Amino acid sequence: MSENSRAELYQQVILEHHHKPRNFSELKDATHDAEGYNPLCGDHLHIYLHVDDKDVIDNVSFNGDGCAISRASASMMTVALKGKSVPEAKALFEEFHQLVLGHLKPETTPNHLGKLAIFSGIWQYPSRVKCASLCWHTMKGALEKTKTVSTE
Amino acid sequence: MTQPFDVQKIRKDFPNLSVKIHGQPLVYLDNAATTMKPQSVIDATIHHYSAETSNIHRGVHYLSEKATAEYEKTREKIRVFLNASKSSEIIFTKGTTDAINLVMHSYGRAFLQKGDEVIISAMEHHSNIVPWQILKEEIGIVLKVIPINDAGEFSVANFEKLVTFKTKFVSLVYISNSLGTINPIPEIIKIAHRENIPVLVDAAQTINHLPVDVQKLDCDFLAFSAHKLYGPSGVGVLYGKADLLNKMPPYQGGGDMIASVTFEKTTYNVLPYKFEAGTPNIAGVIAFAAAIDYVNSIGFENIMRHEQELLDYGTKILNNITGLRMIGTAKHKTAILSFVLPNIHAHDLGTLIDEDGIAIRTGHHCTQPVMKHFGVPATSRASLAFYNTKEELDLLAAAIQKAIKVFTKNL
Repeated sequence: MSENSRAELYQQVILEHHHKPRNFSELKDATHDAEGYNPLCGDHLHIYLHVDDKDVIDNVSFNGDGCAISRASASMMTVALKGKSVPEAKALFEEFHQLVLGHLKPETTPNHLGKLAIFSGIWQYPSRVKCASLCWHTMKGALEKTKTVSTE
Repeated sequence: MTQPFDVQKIRKDFPNLSVKIHGQPLVYLDNAATTMKPQSVIDATIHHYSAETSNIHRGVHYLSEKATAEYEKTREKIRVFLNASKSSEIIFTKGTTDAINLVMHSYGRAFLQKGDEVIISAMEHHSNIVPWQILKEEIGIVLKVIPINDAGEFSVANFEKLVTFKTKFVSLVYISNSLGTINPIPEIIKIAHRENIPVLVDAAQTINHLPVDVQKLDCDFLAFSAHKLYGPSGVGVLYGKADLLNKMPPYQGGGDMIASVTFEKTTYNVLPYKFEAGTPNIAGVIAFAAAIDYVNSIGFENIMRHEQELLDYGTKILNNITGLRMIGTAKHKTAILSFVLPNIHAHDLGTLIDEDGIAIRTGHHCTQPVMKHFGVPATSRASLAFYNTKEELDLLAAAIQKAIKVFTKNL
C-alpha cells in the first residue's frame, strides 16, 4: 500500500468483503461470544465462536454495524479462524495486532496472516487502526469470556 | 470599523488555510471542532512568550503588571463583546466543558437537591449531559430531556410541558454542533424566568455565528470556548449574573481565588477571581483579545450573510448527490451540514476525502443521543466559517462523488 492513495486502502478485497461479508449471522449454538464497541466510530460488532471439545474453532460468525474497514476485517477474520485451534487463534491475534501497528512487515517476517496481510498499510491511518482491530479484540474477549470489549 | 467583505483577502489572514494536505490545498470544513487562528492571534501568543512572559495578579514587577493588565483587558473586551454589565461577570475557564462543570459543581451542589428537576434537550453535546448525570448520581436530581423532531428541532411548547414546580435549573444548547439547529433560547429563557428558574446557555457553537447580548438574552449563565471563536485552545468563558455568582461557593481551591488563608479559615476572593484558582492560560487569554478584535473587524452582519450564502449553496449541492440524506434540516440553522450516505460509513468517507485535502468531521460529534434519534451510527459533518468559499463546497461535493465511485465500482 503506498503512502498516499486512500483508494488503495479500500482495495478490492476489502470492499468485496464489506459488500458481501462472510459468516454474517448470529451463531445460535455459540460457546463463546462477545460484543465490541468503538465509541469513536459507533462501530458495533458481535462475534460468535463455537469451540469443539478438541479446542478447535469449528464455527465462527459475526454481525453488527460498522465502517467498511471494520466489517471487512471481521469478515476476513471469520474466514481465517475457522478450523484454527484456540491457541492458534490467539497467536494469529498477536500477529494481526503487530501488523496493524506497523511492527510486523509481512514481506520480511514469517507469519500466518495469509490474506489478512492486506491490512498491512493501515498503521498509516492511526484513527482507523481500531476499525481493523475491533473484531480481533472482541474475538479474544469472547475466548477469554469477556462479554463487552471497547476500543477506548 | 468593519471593512467590505472580501473572502480571499480574509483567507490570507489565516496562515493555516494555505497549507497543503497530501499535496492538495487544504479545504478546512471542520470549524465546529475548532477554527483556524488569524495571524494577529498567533502574533499575540508569540509576543507574550517572547517579550511579556509573567504570571498575573501576583508580582509587583513590570512584566507581571503588564501581563495582568493585558489579561484583564481581554476580560473587558469580552464584557463588551457579550454586552455584560460588569467585567466581574466574565470568568475564564479552560473551555465550554469546564464552564458547564463549574456551574454544575458550584451552583448545582449548593442549590439543587434530591428530586429537583434539571431540563436539558435531546440535542445536547455530551458536555451538557454528563455533568448533570454526575449530579444525578451524587444527589439524586431528576434529568428531563426535551425531545427533538425529525428536522432536529425542539419546540418551546415541548419545553413548557416539562416545566413543573420541581424544575430548578435549565441547561440548553443554543446551536447544535451536530445538526446546526438554532434553538428558541430567548423564548425559553422568558418562560423559565416566569417560574424563577435559572438558565445556562451552551453557546460553544453560537459565539462565532451570531451576536450574543447576555443582557438582552437575560440568560443566567453562558458558556463558550475561545478556540471556536478564532482564538487559542484551552481558554473558555463562563458568563454568570453577578448576584448568582456571588452566592455560589468556589469551584476549585487554590491560589488567586482567596482573600486570606490561615489554617483555621480561608476568606475567598471577590468575583471573578473566586472562580479562577491557579495560574490560567495567560498567553491564551491575552491572545484571545486579538481574536475578538478580528471578529469585530469583520462584523457579524458580514459573517452571517456570508455563512448563510454558504449554507444555502452547500445544502443545494449536497442534496444533488444521489442518496445523500441531510441530518438536521431545521428551519433556523447555522452553517453546519451533517449528512449520511446510503452505502458509505462516515469514517470511510472521511478517510477517502482526506486524500483530496478535505477536512470534515465524521462520527457522533459527542452527541450520541442525536445519532440514536436519527437511527445512524455516525454522520459526516461539514461545518463552515466565514473564510470558507463556494469553491470549497464544490470540491467537497466532487470528493464525495469520487468516494461513492470507489465504493460502488465492480458492485
